Amino acid sequence: MCEFNLNCYAHVILCFEKCYTNKVVIIIFLKIFKHCFSGTRFRPLSFEVPKPLFPVAGVPMLQHHIEACAKVPNMKEILLIGFYQPNEELNRFLLNAQQEFKISIRYLQEYAALGTGGGIYHFRDQIVSGSPEAFFVLNADVCSAFPLTEMLSFQKEHGEPNSFVILGTTANRKQSMNYGCIVENEESNEVLHYVEKPSTFVSDIINCGIYLFNPDIFQHIGAVFQKNQQDMLLLLGTEPTNGWHRAEAIRLEQDIFTALAGQGKLYVYKTLSFWSQIKSAGSAIYASRLYLNQYHTTHPERLASNKEGGPKITGNVYIHPTANIDPTAVLGPNVSIGTGVTIGAGVRVRESIILHGANLQDHCCVLNSIVGWDSTIGKWARVEGTPSDPNPNDPYAKIDSETLFREGKLTPSITILGCNVTIPSEVIILNSIVLPHKDLNRGFKNQIIL
Amino acid sequence: IIMKALILVGGYGTRLRPLTLSVPKPLVEFCNKPILLHQVEALVKAGVDHVVLAVSYMSELLEREMRVQEQRLGIRISLSHEKEPLGTAGPLALARDLLNDDSEPFFVLNSDVICDFPFKDLLQFHRNHGKEGTIVVTRVEEPSKYGVVVYEADSGRIHRFVEKPQVFVSNKINAGMYIFNPSMLSRIQLRPTSIEKEIFPVMAGEGQLYAMELQGFWMDIGQPKDFLTGMCMYLQSVRQHAPERLRTGPGFLGNVLVDPTAQIGENCTIGPNVTIGAGVVVEDGVRIKRCTVLKGSRVRSHSWLESCIVGWSSSVGQWVRMENVTVLGEDVIVNDELYLNGANVLPHKSINESVPEPRIIM
Repeated sequence: MCEFNLNCYAHVILCFEKCYTNKVVIIIFLKIFKHCFSGTRFRPLSFEVPKPLFPVAGVPMLQHHIEACAKVPNMKEILLIGFYQPNEELNRFLLNAQQEFKISIRYLQEYAALGTGGGIYHFRDQIVSGSPEAFFVLNADVCSAFPLTEMLSFQKEHGEPNSFVILGTTANRKQSMNYGCIVENEESNEVLHYVEKPSTFVSDIINCGIYLFNPDIFQHIGAVFQKNQQDMLLLLGTEPTNGWHRAEAIRLEQDIFTALAGQGKLYVYKTLSFWSQIKSAGSAIYASRLYLNQYHTTHPERLASNKEGGPKITGNVYIHPTANIDPTAVLGPNVSIGTGVTIGAGVRVRESIILHGANLQDHCCVLNSIVGWDSTIGKWARVEGTPSDPNPNDPYAKIDSETLFREGKLTPSITILGCNVTIPSEVIILNSIVLPHKDLNRGFKNQIIL
Repeated sequence: IIMKALILVGGYGTRLRPLTLSVPKPLVEFCNKPILLHQVEALVKAGVDHVVLAVSYMSELLEREMRVQEQRLGIRISLSHEKEPLGTAGPLALARDLLNDDSEPFFVLNSDVICDFPFKDLLQFHRNHGKEGTIVVTRVEEPSKYGVVVYEADSGRIHRFVEKPQVFVSNKINAGMYIFNPSMLSRIQLRPTSIEKEIFPVMAGEGQLYAMELQGFWMDIGQPKDFLTGMCMYLQSVRQHAPERLRTGPGFLGNVLVDPTAQIGENCTIGPNVTIGAGVVVEDGVRIKRCTVLKGSRVRSHSWLESCIVGWSSSVGQWVRMENVTVLGEDVIVNDELYLNGANVLPHKSINESVPEPRIIM
């Protein structure tokens, strides 16, 4: 297998077979943007672990996808497609997932960044082998209830037999323009018009990055591929071999959906269930909150409760069994504690993710932060960030895709401590990002500490 | 000998707000004793038995408290109330009748001054030179921020005053404590007059004004930042002269003054330079440095305070961090888990949002 390029993503493809001995394949796309370094918004956390494996609500981001896929009847295989170089972590994760869910999970590495459409097109033979009736494509960096079975039922009831379905949800007017916008026929749910990130308002129904396809999609992608090749020959006289100028680099959203809209082939299934993108560290905390809340129905055993001799728990909290927590600590709401974490007396943690091996000493206070692997926070220190949560009063508000700087100043955001950072006692770290292996000797506010 | 003193209390004490919104400045406790009482008790020790408070704002609270102290100390305390601003010399003219009724010299002091009051030495020094007035001077590091005093090192005779000098002239400034013969009162008319600008230069010109250098610490505690600095100096002085007053033991670092009725919880680290007032409750796991916590307040568990003044009956929540001369007025509630940086909070406010940059909360 090839090595991981930390900044690229993989797709996971799920395929279904028509009969009840179905082979189900799920494609989870670890998305790649124009430039290979677009994973930068997840730095410095992405220095240590590929973003799809970052723990959200106590388990790797991808695991939520896989658990949802495992619930789909007759699901047998999961394909991960991406441009990552495989590494130990991903391999280990895949192995564990295979053992736990008893399904085949394979990673297919792209030879170049091919985009969502190009990726599945390139591996189409593997996807259609065994003649699946349909297959799901999921983006890795979304947090969702994954209503896959409902999408299947919807597809059977609505439209043409071989139609494609996009999962959609409602956003508020202003934020909708940050996503793919879907105009639908309200009776038939057909997609009449699709625009990716318009600059003016088009529709408040947005693309969740979760699709249900069938092998017909490859005809449409193939047609675009042919056209690209011809265009390139015309324009440049020769086929270029780099980046986005490849003919094979095809984006489902811009290149396929836009063309398919209004042709009677594309439908939207609107969901009211929770959904969020996970682009930045701040959105990881928000996604944790959504998944922790879902645990009440899906995995109640993952939620901590108030016990004799245990810390005080308020709201939804995940604590790994190997964590060591003083009974006078107060945790929650929305807290995830990783493996081997030590939490001292009188510690307060709220709206935060504490990654494995971290050590929080007595009386410290951690709010709206991500504390990196093996970091130490000294006594009475205060590590605090600013949440970037969507407006709780607006049911359709989505998390803002924050810019790091605004008007020359660092935008107040979640505080992130990279791996193996040491925060001394009694200081305050506010709205700051600390790169890995830093040993601080004073407090910082609104800064990136290299 | 029966001696008198005039303390220039002044008006609303606006520089020490928000504390002075609840209590007249002379009654704000500095190291667990009202500022005024530090001065009055030192005067009484030096033989004063009649103190005149020159006020421009009359406070019932002050009047009542003065009756109590009269009884307690066995002295007479009068209030001289200026109905219109009289400057720094005018109040002396206003109190003329009270100060003039015998030939003994009288002390005058600014109410914001804290130091090891040298009134006995001042009286002696003044008698020795036999002239009309003596002012106490103190040495400062940055004299050009003030008015400096130029005087003969041997005799103490003052030559002149220079306001905010651009080049180094002297590093001694007026410490705000004086002693005068009653004859000096004839120099002052009952109108707004500046003692530094109008009276002293004339007296110095006539060779009638002398300077005595103060030994030990000195501070004008009229604003919160200096109040805290003065507290550190005073506590250091307590360690030198009466260390048994300070609290020591596990959990206490440096100079810490704790009222006997205060309660301190487990696993706290208090100090250095902390004053805890009467009836204060400090819960478990609290860290306090360089702060004054006034009477009746509560600091809840695991909080961290540095360079703050916590007003009477206030409540600081759990896991709160306060720093950088945060001042809470009377009866302020700070909710759990907040961060206050240089917040100046008016009385009876409830704070439920952090204040990450210095500002005033009304």
